[in-house]
Amino acid sequence: MTNQTRREFLGSAGRWAVLGLGVGPVLSALTSGCSNAGSLSTLASNAGSVMKVSKAVSKSFQDITPEQEYYIGRTVGAMVLDKYKPYNNQKAITYLNVMGQTLAQASDMPETFGGYHFLLLDSEEINAFAAPGGLIFITRGMVRCCTYEDSMAAVLAHEIGHVQHKHGLQAIKKSRLTSALTTIGAEGAKAFGGETLSKLTQTFEDSITDITSTMINNGYSRSFEREADRAAVTILKRVGYDPNGLVDMLRVMEQKLKPGGSDFAKTHPSPASRIEDIQKSIGEYAEVKTPKARKKRFKRTLQNV
Amino acid sequence: MNRFKVPILTFVLVCLTGWGVYAVGQKVMSVQVKQGCVRSTPSFLGKIVASLAYGDRVDVLEEKDPWAKICVSGKKCEGWMHVSALTNKKIVLKAGAEDVEKAASSDEVALAGKGFNEQVEGEFKKKNPKIDFAWVDKMEKIVVSQNAMQTFLKEGGVNPEGGAQ
Repeated sequence: MTNQTRREFLGSAGRWAVLGLGVGPVLSALTSGCSNAGSLSTLASNAGSVMKVSKAVSKSFQDITPEQEYYIGRTVGAMVLDKYKPYNNQKAITYLNVMGQTLAQASDMPETFGGYHFLLLDSEEINAFAAPGGLIFITRGMVRCCTYEDSMAAVLAHEIGHVQHKHGLQAIKKSRLTSALTTIGAEGAKAFGGETLSKLTQTFEDSITDITSTMINNGYSRSFEREADRAAVTILKRVGYDPNGLVDMLRVMEQKLKPGGSDFAKTHPSPASRIEDIQKSIGEYAEVKTPKARKKRFKRTLQNV
Repeated sequence: MNRFKVPILTFVLVCLTGWGVYAVGQKVMSVQVKQGCVRSTPSFLGKIVASLAYGDRVDVLEEKDPWAKICVSGKKCEGWMHVSALTNKKIVLKAGAEDVEKAASSDEVALAGKGFNEQVEGEFKKKNPKIDFAWVDKMEKIVVSQNAMQTFLKEGGVNPEGGAQ
């Protein structure tokens, strides 16, 4: 899979989504009875509701419940991990999770359905991904752009910003949301087969592909990146990290990014333009103020990554 | 005419204020996360005094943005929850036809387990054994205690300016 191209990855991801999602609701109908005995008896009567539901109120990404966001995020995360291998360095993973969860608590959305969790990816690429709900992935290449713990914190805070603003979910095309969140929004949908099921499957497949292709292949809009940078600055200030860490990381990244690369060079606005935007809120760059102890533990934990 | 103005305005004000207090006292919300922590103080530094499950209904006693003081009727459970763990919607765990209708036509009800749920994921895994969720599961098991976070901040000389909300 490591040699698989992005297009192949996304294409196959889409096919898996079709297979899994197509059969999912059927199995769901069969198994949910164990824990939800009452609902099976109402499936037939729910069928009528589902049709009405699909014509009901106009829905947006905000109507995706945290529970659904969680399951979407898990699958998106699994797809990221199908493309990138995890970097199994327990010390580094623990360090990132303590830091990341501390930062998440200072965000505007500290609580998600399944919580925030962080993982390193064994890749030289400069990249980071935030799956909906709070699963965050950072490549080793990205770690190497961080000279300070404050910079590492800035990377995590930026990704938390994407989760907080639900940028992943917003990648789902609005045209799909009406059918996805209304038809699927009914328990009775589990009873359907045939045409309705295939429609649901298609909608789910498309929604997940929307997220992975935006997140991994095309990147978010400049305004989303700006929003995530603003959230990062706020979180860093609240926790007590130097927001210049974000600028420092972007400066290093600018030197390391290869033009035409498939990582941040492709999916993010240029570091220079991001720095320009960030400096509007934090002022001119000043060297990162980081105490010796913080510098030492950062080096100790991540220098060999 | 003026002599009536003050008492009328006072009455209106009292009514409005009284209604405000009444309204807050009556507010009921639902836990929208897998595990909702109830804390002794409106801060993540507050001791966890109880843990609530997804869909649990709570009465809001007081609001101190972004925290809400809650209690659970019939239970000895009172404390603070971050509002991001709560929703105004009623989360229906076992939906009947009426709930489906309600969820469709209003924003007051949400159905648990709708759409992409555990069963869908289970089938997805079965059909796509190449997609491995093992590391996703491992990630979710990483739990960091509040103490570990405090020690981390202290040892790194990171001084929150109200960071721990």
